Amino acid sequence: MRHYWLVATAVALVPGVAGAQAIYPIDRATILSGSKFDFKVEFPEVVKEADVKVLVNGEDHASVFGKKAEFTEKEKDANASAIRLNDVVIAKPGTYKIEASVAGQPAKSVTWEVYGTADKPVAKNVIFLIGDGMSVAHRTAARIMSRGNTQGKANAKLNMDYLPNLAFIGTSSTDSIAADSANTASAYFTGHKSAVNALGVYDSRAKNSLEHPKQETLGQALRRAAPNKKLGIVTTAEVEDATPAALVANTRKRADKDKIVGMHFAVLPDVLLGGGSAYFLPQGTPGSKRKDDIDYIAKFRDEGYSIATDRDSLIKSAAETNSGKVLGLFHTGNMDVLLDRQFLKRGTVDKFPNQPGLVDMTKAALDVLSKNEDGFVLMVEGASIDKMSHPLDWDRAAVETIEFDNAVGVAREFAEKHPDTLVIVTADHTHGVGVVGTIDDNKPGDDMREKVGTYQDAGFPNYEDKDGDTYPDDINVSKRLAIFSNNFPDYYETWRPKLDGPFVPAIKNEKDEYIANEQYRNVPGAVLRIGNIPRSGDTGVHAVDDVVLQSQGPGSEKLKGYMENSDVYRVVVDALALGAKQ
Amino acid sequence: MKRSSWTGEPVSRRDIVRAGMGGAAALALAGHVAPVRAQGGDMLTFEQLYGKFSVLGLEFSEQVKRLKGRKVSMRGFMAPPLKAESKFFVLTKMPMALCPFCSSDADWPEDIVVVYLGDKQTFVQSNQTIEVTGTLEVGSWIDPETGFVSQLRLTDARFRSV
Repeated sequence: MRHYWLVATAVALVPGVAGAQAIYPIDRATILSGSKFDFKVEFPEVVKEADVKVLVNGEDHASVFGKKAEFTEKEKDANASAIRLNDVVIAKPGTYKIEASVAGQPAKSVTWEVYGTADKPVAKNVIFLIGDGMSVAHRTAARIMSRGNTQGKANAKLNMDYLPNLAFIGTSSTDSIAADSANTASAYFTGHKSAVNALGVYDSRAKNSLEHPKQETLGQALRRAAPNKKLGIVTTAEVEDATPAALVANTRKRADKDKIVGMHFAVLPDVLLGGGSAYFLPQGTPGSKRKDDIDYIAKFRDEGYSIATDRDSLIKSAAETNSGKVLGLFHTGNMDVLLDRQFLKRGTVDKFPNQPGLVDMTKAALDVLSKNEDGFVLMVEGASIDKMSHPLDWDRAAVETIEFDNAVGVAREFAEKHPDTLVIVTADHTHGVGVVGTIDDNKPGDDMREKVGTYQDAGFPNYEDKDGDTYPDDINVSKRLAIFSNNFPDYYETWRPKLDGPFVPAIKNEKDEYIANEQYRNVPGAVLRIGNIPRSGDTGVHAVDDVVLQSQGPGSEKLKGYMENSDVYRVVVDALALGAKQ
Repeated sequence: MKRSSWTGEPVSRRDIVRAGMGGAAALALAGHVAPVRAQGGDMLTFEQLYGKFSVLGLEFSEQVKRLKGRKVSMRGFMAPPLKAESKFFVLTKMPMALCPFCSSDADWPEDIVVVYLGDKQTFVQSNQTIEVTGTLEVGSWIDPETGFVSQLRLTDARFRSV
């Protein structure tokens, strides 16, 4: 009690001690020279414009930024003042100290590093492959399932195992040590950190998701600084989902999917492949998730895009396109996973039976983009490694990892013929998952827990790949990998692959709490596990653990040791020489 | 089975707070809590909703076109309301976690039906199969309070556990 009283008194005696509350970009921001960003200073209370002083390296900000920031006495979302200047550009690399003060009170300051790049690009092409949520356990599971292991040695390596340069990547957010796919992808593709759920913006006090201070995305940087370079975006998720959106979007809320379609349209990626057509269709069309009458399929077509809607039309479009522009939408929502598409025919495969896979899409994108003599940037996302890891469907997640690795193989094949290609393979964040041994149906009894083999009892699983397609011929073998999450909601552990469709471990009750999905209670051997995350959590969560990044090609030697995810952007734009020309 | 209220009318925030403090007990709720017998009408299944699935748009089935504006019954699972005060709930083919991946209310499968109740009824657990009877409405509709977009609705509806 006494504490509170003391604090209250101190504030009362020294009015205005807070000065500026927040400055965007934030302290220690790293900014590409010549890139655009929105500058904003938020004051904690209403102040007079005449009392506000904002200096950049000791000079008036207007002389450095070329324009005076606009003063708002009372922001609509706060009973307080702010100044803001959109689309600021700093051409000269260096350290910039920003000091904001009100009427002689102590200033709040932040320091930015504006970095330049090489004058000439070392890489003509960049292929950036993201296994969404891909953790070390996913890779280990994929390697064992796909390639096998004999007497302790892998029978063969995965494609991604061959990339020579390796870094550990920190994925934390401006507001949390944890992160999601929005702000982690945003860090890779803007060079700025941000808050969970945000894409290409800093998290200010604005309420409207579109009014936060913007950061420049890689897609926008390419259009500004390298207009002859082609841009491709490939994903197995909706193209409005966080990772593909991070190349083009500026919003505090990744769920703004109808608006993100418009942001794609503003950048016009030359190749855009994935799911999510529901947000392209005008609201009157059954299946649409738009709230207006805009027909984005027609708009893209008017821009010269050929439209592909299944695997056959994708292959045809890629071969025949004259414009070099292909929009491929293969599902109204997220695309089905490989295990369902190729093996089990579950999920929504009956409704969308001819979806291409990530390998088909990567090949098609490279076919189209590589015709451009000025090179390209291609982002490829294996989205459903994450989308199957959340519901603890480790079999589907592992098979998705194999598919992603096959897309890495396509990229490496391309890079072999085109050595001026920087290839980066990484994840955006991790999951709390581990491979602990095997589960052997042939052990005695009905108690599934006793069939888990650990240490020397794990032995080796009996997956087979007789047809050599890199996928196990049968996922439901009698001795399979034991993969467990270290965090989970209440759920029934069934100890085996979910052959009827992707796992839904928990569902919501009327108290907004997630409870175990009763659909699995009667699976033979099923055991109720009581969750260890808050009851508001629907599925397994992202881990804070570092991500492993591997790379090859020109510029990749700089990707090493520990790096922030936002630092990776600097290597990419340096390889492409996107900095302001000096 | 634990129950809380399901109402066809907005519940005030104060009611919600009170219910939260009182645990899972019923909200302020007047009558209409007794199980209701389905009122008949043609049975419609989730498989029968769309005649054609396509990336460029779905097509309603002939049955849906024929039953438009008529009383029909459907069996499925009740997803909890998006917001406690919303006037509708979503009927799904399978029990589902709400948007398992991104905490957005936008990511439902195509084959859902939005149910607007005629009278107040109690919420049933999402694990429980229910049969809903109401008037079939067809075509895009944006719920004015929540902005939720739906293509198929059962209005003036009642439901029972089966």
